[in-house]
Amino acid sequence: MEKKTNRWGWAFLITASAMIMIFSFYPMIAALITSFKTGSSANMKWAEPWYNNYARMFKDKTFITSLKNTFLYLIIQVPVMLVLAILLAQLLNNPHLKCRGLFRTCIFLPCAISLVSYSLIFRTLFYDTGLINSVLMKLGIIHENIKWLGQTNTARGVIIFALIWRWTGYNMVFYLAGLQNLDYQVYEAAQIDGANGWQTFWKITVPQLRPVIIMTVIMSINGTLQLYDESVNLTNGGPAGTTMTMSHHIYNTAFQGKANFGYASALSFVVFILVAILAAINLKVGDKRD
Amino acid sequence: MIQRRLIPSYIFLILFSAFSIFPLFWMVTAATNTTVDVSQGRLWFGMFSAENFKTLLDGMPFFESKLWSAMRNSFVFAAVQTVLSLLICSLAGFGFELYHDKAKDALFGVLLMAMMIPGVATMIPLFTMMSKMKLLSSVWGFILPSIATPFLIMMFRQNSRNFPIALLDAARLDGLSEIGIFFRIYMPVMKSTYAAAAVITFMNAWNAYLWPRVVLKAPESQTMPLYIANLAGGYTIDYGALMMSVLFCSLPTVIIFFILQKQFAEGITGAVK
Repeated sequence: MEKKTNRWGWAFLITASAMIMIFSFYPMIAALITSFKTGSSANMKWAEPWYNNYARMFKDKTFITSLKNTFLYLIIQVPVMLVLAILLAQLLNNPHLKCRGLFRTCIFLPCAISLVSYSLIFRTLFYDTGLINSVLMKLGIIHENIKWLGQTNTARGVIIFALIWRWTGYNMVFYLAGLQNLDYQVYEAAQIDGANGWQTFWKITVPQLRPVIIMTVIMSINGTLQLYDESVNLTNGGPAGTTMTMSHHIYNTAFQGKANFGYASALSFVVFILVAILAAINLKVGDKRD
Repeated sequence: MIQRRLIPSYIFLILFSAFSIFPLFWMVTAATNTTVDVSQGRLWFGMFSAENFKTLLDGMPFFESKLWSAMRNSFVFAAVQTVLSLLICSLAGFGFELYHDKAKDALFGVLLMAMMIPGVATMIPLFTMMSKMKLLSSVWGFILPSIATPFLIMMFRQNSRNFPIALLDAARLDGLSEIGIFFRIYMPVMKSTYAAAAVITFMNAWNAYLWPRVVLKAPESQTMPLYIANLAGGYTIDYGALMMSVLFCSLPTVIIFFILQKQFAEGITGAVK
């Protein structure tokens, strides 16, 4: 009897497990092998020397720029977004606050929009003569239109701004879920003891949310390393490839112009290793603070 | 009565809510304006929505237009993926949790590592695989790689923790087969998990961009995100019509969001318990 039900257990999980093996693990191994080859599709040859694709990266200016961009977004966008999200969650967790549902719905709403859609919306907002510029002109803050998407630094700024818009509410939902188990009276007790908002934020909210924070940091790193839709549709990597993300560069290497599957695979393997390393560091750091 | 000391909180929340809604408001008004008005930042509603809609149809009747074909593809692909994903992943979650032993737990641990694999890394081998299997530009090429996800399996597994084991034993005594237990008892009990999983899977499929761009080569197989991205990729862009198409791409997911917000939130946070 035991044995029979056990066999049923395997039968239930085998389809999904096999599919993950075939469509995730196998391609990962295939990508590693391809990364030592050169050419595309039908005519692939072993690279000469075998590490050629990996050596080539150090001379690839677009790749180095995309790597820098990724870390710039990681250092600026992720912390700002997560702090905003925790702050919003703490405010919305206050039972004395009115219209909590309405606020939550508004702030969460950007998550219902696809990445391509919001990229295009922000592109029109920041168009050379677009809304942002005309509002700033009317307010007298600027006197001639800023080419937001035509200059490297402002274009990066727009991407960061757009990312914060799209993902803050998403992370807030995690923190709200994490705060649900916290008795709100703890805050009230702290207030009676004379703690201010800043202190309760760091002493109560953040420790309570620690496991969720670690998870959202890992997710954000993972997402940032894989940014693609925004790079393609908001700035198209421009000006002159300076806002291009790694995934965008890899896609172009593999499928645009002179396709090179080998080199693109090597680049994608670097992304994979970065994801793994950063996630491991995160888990380690998160563990130690106990 | 609004508490006095909460006024700064209200101000901050109102400002942030406005910030969150504004680009969507802009999308709606821009869809009613001409390209010139949009590109000069006209903020209010205009009279050109019919005009913009006509531009999108490009002289074709609605049911032969690219807009319709992209909408239909998006719906069909997302629906097929949702049904298959839910069935296969919930079966696995059921198997992993309620029949668990050391070997299965170990396998589950291995599968979880797939969460760390970036889509951009598997894209090239998957493209080669799909083109060998002649599945490019097909619904199967689109959905096969995303049917089984560690995330969904984990979600069903975690949520099965509270599943009453007594129900299982009672059902076995009643002579129900293991498959019967899954369909007749597990599925109804887990309704809310299925709802959350359905919302998140449908949204992900609807919004997918990188993989569809790789695998959906034929113009008639395009989904909404590909269609709107293409509209924005031309030399002369009609911004009014573009925003109208963005509106069409967003409407279904926004409607789902408003009706099923709770399930959507549960779907995102999924396995966090």
